[in-house]
Amino acid sequence: MDAQNSSAIAVDTLVKLYKGATAVDGISFRLPTGSITGLLGGNGAGKTTTIAMIMGLVTPTSGTVTVLGAQMPKDRYRVLHRMNFESPYVDMPMRLTVRQNLSVFAQLYAVPDIDERIGTLAVELDLTEFLDRPTGKLSSGQKTRVSLAKALLNRPEVLLLDEPTASLDPDTADWVRGRLDRYRIECGATVLLASHNMTEVERLCERVIIMKKGRIEDDDTPERLLARYGRETLEDVFLDVARGRGQHREAAQ
Amino acid sequence: MSGRDTGVEFSVNRVAAMVRRYWYLLRSSWPRILDLIYWPAVQMLMWGFLQLYVSQNAGFFARAGGVFIGSVLLWDILFRGQLGFSISFLEEMYARNLGNIMMSPLRPVEFIAALMIMSIVRLSIGMIPVTFLAIAFFGFNLWSLGFALAAFFVNLILTSWSIGIFVAGVLLRNGLGAESLAWTIMFLFLPLTCVYYPVAVLPHWLQYVAWALPPTYVFEGMRSLLIDHVFRADLMLEALAFNVVLFAVAAFAFLKLLQSARVQGSLLQTGE
Repeated sequence: MDAQNSSAIAVDTLVKLYKGATAVDGISFRLPTGSITGLLGGNGAGKTTTIAMIMGLVTPTSGTVTVLGAQMPKDRYRVLHRMNFESPYVDMPMRLTVRQNLSVFAQLYAVPDIDERIGTLAVELDLTEFLDRPTGKLSSGQKTRVSLAKALLNRPEVLLLDEPTASLDPDTADWVRGRLDRYRIECGATVLLASHNMTEVERLCERVIIMKKGRIEDDDTPERLLARYGRETLEDVFLDVARGRGQHREAAQ
Repeated sequence: MSGRDTGVEFSVNRVAAMVRRYWYLLRSSWPRILDLIYWPAVQMLMWGFLQLYVSQNAGFFARAGGVFIGSVLLWDILFRGQLGFSISFLEEMYARNLGNIMMSPLRPVEFIAALMIMSIVRLSIGMIPVTFLAIAFFGFNLWSLGFALAAFFVNLILTSWSIGIFVAGVLLRNGLGAESLAWTIMFLFLPLTCVYYPVAVLPHWLQYVAWALPPTYVFEGMRSLLIDHVFRADLMLEALAFNVVLFAVAAFAFLKLLQSARVQGSLLQTGE
């Protein structure tokens, strides 16, 4: 079995141009099944476009994306039921109750025993008391948990998360991180997580890909990145890369 | 892990999920339901009273009983059918839910099927009470047209879906900046399809355009039925043939616009 087939996600020399502007510039990486990887980068680094191409929502200008063996977006319907995502760029319909929203998506994803699955997720994500409340009446933190519940409805093998703990208080955010990590370990899911929260990435991710201006600037484990940049936190590493100090430091060394 | 559903075949279950989603929305909001009935009722009353007035003053209109009311009711099937389709689609954009939908296993053909069903549901909620109002106020019974009404309805709803599908594609490609198209595109058909007057009234060159539009055959057929008491099956078949072509063109345009939306990256950000 070659590397592409053994990877849950394989990205090869991926390029995305928007009207002449380069959003993603020839990136390549492979995510092994069951791994959890952080995608870091400042605004406009190309994280969301990369995730959108992995989801099949955006067609690459060149290069390929393969998810669970299916080429995206061409063969997306072969695998979409085995994937899911959570993103701040989308919302759940506000007038529908949490239960109605989750049950609609559960039916779309052909989840068996819908009521039982919603009940389980409601307990796990502490949503039980909000189930029959309109989604629009919830706080932003509660809405984020509903979006996470939607993302976990079909027990996805590939989970794409864009800022999953944005708008959550530190305590709830920490609890959600624990829940995501447990899900990944229990289900062997492959998780790709785009975040600006360095603590989150440091705690959850076994590998970090740092993007800048559409390119991959660095790609390693958090420990090795910290050692290589001589920093104590990923935030400092991120700032070094964002401000172009990484190359200078390495050159000096 | 999952693997229960290949996601490749057409799934009635997924269509049902989307219909359920729109039904939940509709029943949670009385202004949305009221809006379905309000304007068709106002239109029907206005044209009904106008017909009542002119029929008292002109022999032809006295003979052509119900032509105006029939026209306005059939026009509303065409207009409201497209609006029902387009508004359900717009609800996804207003709710910023399109990304969730597009990322789910729902296929475009299933999405369109759900929108068609909702178009009929919304049309039924709006139009059925208005047809009874027409009986109560003007003694005009649309239902008495029987099989002819079914033929009119099928042809008009097919046209409305074709336009709705095309508009949905434009919205996917261009975002909410193209929203006004959903509300106004059908008015282009109002003068050209000769809703309230015969095709012969149009300039000769414009008649060719009119006869290329399926609803023209329906409105001519309705006048033939109400004025001359003749059901023109030939007109209905011609309308059906044009509708098949129009539907195929709209579906093709939708798929091309969806493809273009994926290239432009407009599926995640569907704002202006």
